Amino acid sequence: MATQAYIFEAIRTPRGRGKASGSLYPVKPVDLGAGILRALQSRLDLDTSQVDDVVFGCVTPVGEQGADIAKTITMVADWHESVAGVQLNRFCGSGLEAINLAAMKVRSGFEDLVVAGGIESMSRVPMGSDSGAWAMDPATAAQTKFVPQGISADLIASLDGFSREDVDTFALGSQQKAAAAQAAGYFDRSVVPVTDIHGLMILEKDEFIRGDTTIEALGSLKPSFEMMGGLGFDTLALSKYPQISAINHIHTPGNSSGIVDGSAAVLIGSEAKGKELGLTPRARIVATAVIGSEPTIMLTGPAPAARKALAKAGLTVDDIDLFEVNEAFAAVVMRFQAEMKVPFEKINVNGGSIAMGHPLGATGAMITGTVIDELERRNLRYGLCTLCIGGGMGIATIVERV
Amino acid sequence: MTGFNFDKDSDNIVTITMDMPGQSVNTMNQSYEVFMEETVARLEKEKDDIAGVVITSAKTTFFAGGDLTQLVKISEDKIEDFMASSTAIKGQLRRLETLGKPVVAAINGAALGGGYEICLACHYRVAIDDNKIQIGLPEAQLGLLPGGGGVARLPRLIGLSDAIPFLTQGSKVKPAKALEMKLIEELATDRDDMMAKAKAWIKANPVAIQPWDVKGFKIPGGGPSSPKLAQLLQIAPAMMFQQTKGLMPAPQAILSAAVEGCQVDIDNALMIETRYFLKLALGPVAKNMISTLFFQMNELNAGGSRPKGIEKKTIKKVGVLGAGMMGAGIAYQAARSGIQVVLKDISAEAAEKGKAYSTKILDKAISRGRSTEEKKQAHLDLILATDKAEDLAGCDLVIEAVFEEVALKAVVTKEAEVHLDEGAIFSSNTSTLPITTLAEASRDSSKFIGLHFFSPVDKMPLVEIICGENTSDETLAAAFDFVLQIRKTPIVVNDVLQFFTSRVFGKFLDEGAELLESGVDPVLIDNLAMAIGMPVGPLAQQDEVSQQLALKVSKANRKLLAERGVEMPVTAGERVVGKICGELGREGKAYNGGFYDYPENGPKTVWPELRKLYGKSDVNISHDDIKDRILFRQVIESIKCLEENVLRTVRDGNIGSIFGIGAPPWTGGFLQFVNTYGLDNFIARSSGLAELYGDRFNPPKLLLDKAANGELFVD
Repeated sequence: MATQAYIFEAIRTPRGRGKASGSLYPVKPVDLGAGILRALQSRLDLDTSQVDDVVFGCVTPVGEQGADIAKTITMVADWHESVAGVQLNRFCGSGLEAINLAAMKVRSGFEDLVVAGGIESMSRVPMGSDSGAWAMDPATAAQTKFVPQGISADLIASLDGFSREDVDTFALGSQQKAAAAQAAGYFDRSVVPVTDIHGLMILEKDEFIRGDTTIEALGSLKPSFEMMGGLGFDTLALSKYPQISAINHIHTPGNSSGIVDGSAAVLIGSEAKGKELGLTPRARIVATAVIGSEPTIMLTGPAPAARKALAKAGLTVDDIDLFEVNEAFAAVVMRFQAEMKVPFEKINVNGGSIAMGHPLGATGAMITGTVIDELERRNLRYGLCTLCIGGGMGIATIVERV
Repeated sequence: MTGFNFDKDSDNIVTITMDMPGQSVNTMNQSYEVFMEETVARLEKEKDDIAGVVITSAKTTFFAGGDLTQLVKISEDKIEDFMASSTAIKGQLRRLETLGKPVVAAINGAALGGGYEICLACHYRVAIDDNKIQIGLPEAQLGLLPGGGGVARLPRLIGLSDAIPFLTQGSKVKPAKALEMKLIEELATDRDDMMAKAKAWIKANPVAIQPWDVKGFKIPGGGPSSPKLAQLLQIAPAMMFQQTKGLMPAPQAILSAAVEGCQVDIDNALMIETRYFLKLALGPVAKNMISTLFFQMNELNAGGSRPKGIEKKTIKKVGVLGAGMMGAGIAYQAARSGIQVVLKDISAEAAEKGKAYSTKILDKAISRGRSTEEKKQAHLDLILATDKAEDLAGCDLVIEAVFEEVALKAVVTKEAEVHLDEGAIFSSNTSTLPITTLAEASRDSSKFIGLHFFSPVDKMPLVEIICGENTSDETLAAAFDFVLQIRKTPIVVNDVLQFFTSRVFGKFLDEGAELLESGVDPVLIDNLAMAIGMPVGPLAQQDEVSQQLALKVSKANRKLLAERGVEMPVTAGERVVGKICGELGREGKAYNGGFYDYPENGPKTVWPELRKLYGKSDVNISHDDIKDRILFRQVIESIKCLEENVLRTVRDGNIGSIFGIGAPPWTGGFLQFVNTYGLDNFIARSSGLAELYGDRFNPPKLLLDKAANGELFVD
C-alpha cells in the first residue's frame, strides 16, 4: 500500500469583507499569508526545515499577489530557507488543488511534509485584474462561448427550475447556520485572529456573516447579471441550451458567495514524518478528483468530481457523513444536492461562502479544515469537499477522520 | 505612362492621379498592383527631389474596393499565391507611408473599402464636402474584412472603441461625418480647393511619419490591455453573437484581428489582418454573400429578369383596391416615390383608415427627425382615399389587394377596369392564388400580372412578380420598372399555385408542424430554427400569420386543386392547424393565441395544452437533425421550384428567399447554399434525412442531375 497522506493541522484566518471598509484591507497579502504560516508553526512547534514545500492557491496572482507569492510568504514568515514554495491557480478550486497536490506529493513518497493552503486579498487585488485570454481575447472568448459565471449560475437555475425564492431561502439557511456555528464557537479552534505588527487585534472572527438577514431583505436585492445577460451573454449561453427560451436572472449578492479576504494553511505529511516530529494526524486524505465539464454552464463540475473521487475511494454517496459544497452561487449547491441525492442536512452544516465569503484561492483549504472540525465535533468518519470551477471544472477531496 | 499619372509641380509636389484604363472605377486588382509598384518605386527613386505626394483620382469616384470577381474564386490550393499578393499590396502601401515625405489623400469621390485603405496609408486626408461621396469600409456586409490595412490602421488612427463598431458594421459615411469621426482631417469645397489644401499641408509638414511609426506610440484611447477597454472587449463577442447567432464570421474576425493587431507592431498587425481575411475569403459565408448580395443583386437591379428591348416605363398614377394592411402599405410606398395614388375601398371610412396608415408612418418619421411636416403633407396629398371606382380613371396601373377570394377579386377587377384606359395594367397582390385564374376576370389577360408584396410593405424590400400564362413581356417589363420605381427589389416567377415564396415559406411552417408531431418541444423547435438564422421560428411564425388564415388558405387551395381534379395528401401543418384552430379554437397571435400564449406584460409562453397534445418524453432527434430538417426542407422546395420552372433564374430564387422568406443571409439564399455546402454533400445529407424522417427529404432530380454533371446552381 502506498504511503498515506495525513492532515496534521488545518487553520485559517477569519474572512474580512473584500473592500476598503473590510478589516483586512490594510493587511498586505504577504502579511496575511505569512501570518497563517507563523500561526501553524507556533501551534505545532514546527521545525520548518522539515517542510519540503509550501503549495498555495491564488487566483489573481498579479501585483501584490504576483511573482510566486507562496515562496515570498515563506521568506516573510522567516521559515527555513530550505522550504520551497509554489503558487498554483485552478481558479476557485485552487485551495483544494493545493491540498490534493500536497497529498499526491506525500503519497508518491517524493516528499514527506508539505503545507497546502491559499491566499486571496480580494480587496487589494480585485478579481479579474489578471485579465487573461479566456475572457479578454475576442477570438478565444468567441470560440469557447465565454460567459461570466453569474450567467452560468442563472442558467443552471433556469434549467433546473429554481425560483428566486428557492435560492434566497437557501441563502438564508447558509447565513443562519453560519451565525449559529460562530456563536456556538465551532470555528474557534481553527480560526486564527489577524493581528498587527504590535500583536494588536485586526480581525478576530469572520465579519461577513449576516445571521439576522431575512427572506424579505434578500428578496429586495437586484439580480446581478440581468444587464450583462441582456447585452448578449444570455443569447450566447442559450445557444448551447436551446431547450429553454430565456434565462431567469435570480442570483444576487445575497445568494452568491461573498467577496472577502483570507488565507488558510493545512499541514499534510506521511505517517512516518508525523511520528518523527511528534505530530498527531487528524484526518487521512482518501481520494482526490478533478474533472472538466461543459464550459459555458461552467459550474456543474462538483457532482461529476465527487462521483469520480467516490469511485476512486470505493465509497458511495451514502458513506459520506458531511459534504462541503462551495456556495459560489446557491444554484450550484442546489443542483449538486439534487443530482447526487444528498440530504440537505449533510451539506454545509455550518453555512458556506454565501454567509462567510469566498476568498478564491483559499476557500478549498478553508472548507477542508471546516469539515474536519465538524467530523471531530460530531464524531463522524467521512467528509467530502467540492467546488465548482471557472472554465468548466470540478474538484473534490474525500477525507477520513482518524 | 501608366494608369497612375505622375505629375510634379514647381514646388516639387507630385500628384498621383489614379486613372485605371478600361474600367469606370479604380479597383484593387492585378493591374493596380503593377501601377502602384511602378509609382512607389519611382517615388522612392526620386525621393530627394520630391517635397510630398498627393494621391487623387481622375474618375468620379476616388477608388472602389477590391476585385470581388477574383476574390470569390479563391480556393485552398491558391492560398499561398493570395497571401503573397496580399502581402505585396500591403507592402507597397507600407513603403508609401514610410517614404519619409508627406503623402496626402485627396478624396475627390467615393473612397470605399480598398479606396479608404489607401487613404489610411497616407499621412493626411482631405475630402470634398459633397454628401454624395461615401467614405468607409463596407467589407463586413459581404462577409469579409478590410484586408488592405483597414483593420490594422483604423484602430491606430481613431482608437479601438470607435473603430470596432465602424469596422464590424461595414459602415459608410458622408465626408462631414467622416471628419467628425476623425476618419479624415479636412474638408474642401471642390477639387481645386482640395488640391490646394493637400499641397498646403505638405508645405507645412515637410517631414511626415505615421503616428504608429513613432517610438512609444500608444493606441488612442488605450490598447487592448488597458482597463478602459476591458469591459468593451469582454462584452463585444457576446454582443456580436447576439446579432449574428454565430453564423456570420466577419464581425468576430474583425474584432479579433483589430484587438490582436493592437497587441503587436503595425507590420505584424498587417499580417494578422491578412490571415483573418483569408480565413473569411476561403469560407462559405463570404462566397455566399458576395455571390448573391453583390453579383446577383447587381444583375437583378440592372434588369436581369426584365424582358430585353422594351422601353422603360414610368408609372404616374396607381390605383390600389382595398385599403387594408397591404393596400395601405402599398399606397404609402407608391406615394413615397412621388406616384399619385387612388386608394379605394368599399366605404370612404375604410379608405381613409388606409390613408391614415401613411400618416402614422410619417408622424413617426418626423418624431425621429427623419421627415418634416411639409414632406408629410406632400406625401399625403398624393393619396386620394375614395369609395368611388370612377376615381381610378387615368391610372396606369391598378393593384388589387382585397381578400384572398377568387370571386371577390373578379368583382373588383371588373369594377375597376371599366374606368381604365386600354393601356393600363391590372395586377393582383395575391400571395397564393393563380394569376391565370384571376386573369380570367380581366378584359385583357395579357395586361394582367401578379405583384406579391410582403407585410409590412414599407419595411419589406421584396416584390414577387408573377407572370400568368398570357401576361405579355410589355406588362412584365412595366411591372418590373414599377417595382424599381418604388424602390423595391423585384423577382420574377411563373404562375404555379403559391408561386415561389409562399410555397417555400409553407414548407418552413409545415416542418415546424412535423417536428411538433414528432414530439419535439415547441421551444426547442423555434430556438433551433433561429439558431440557423431564421428570423423567427416556424411555430411563432405560424402564430403571426394566424392559424385562422392558414385554415382558410388551405381550404381555398384544396378547393382550387379539386376543381383541377388534383388531390393532395394532408400535411402535418394542416393536421396541426386543424386540431388547434379548427377543433380547439386557437386562431393565432392577433386573436386568442396560437401555439403560444401572449400575455400583455411579458414574453410569450408556450400554450400549456400544446405540450399535452404533442409532447413526448422519449423523443430522440438530435439538434443537428432538427436544424437541418428546417433548413433542408426549404432548400429542397426551392430546388423543386427551379426544377418545375416556377423560378426562372437561380438569382431570383436566392434573392427571393433572403428577402421574402427570411432565408438566413449567410446561406446566400436557398439555392446558393447548396453550392458551398457541396452538391454531393447535400445529396448525402438529404438522403440520410429522408431515410429517418420521410420522402420529403429525397434529393430532387435537378439536384442529382447537376451533381452528376458537376454543375452548380448558377444562371
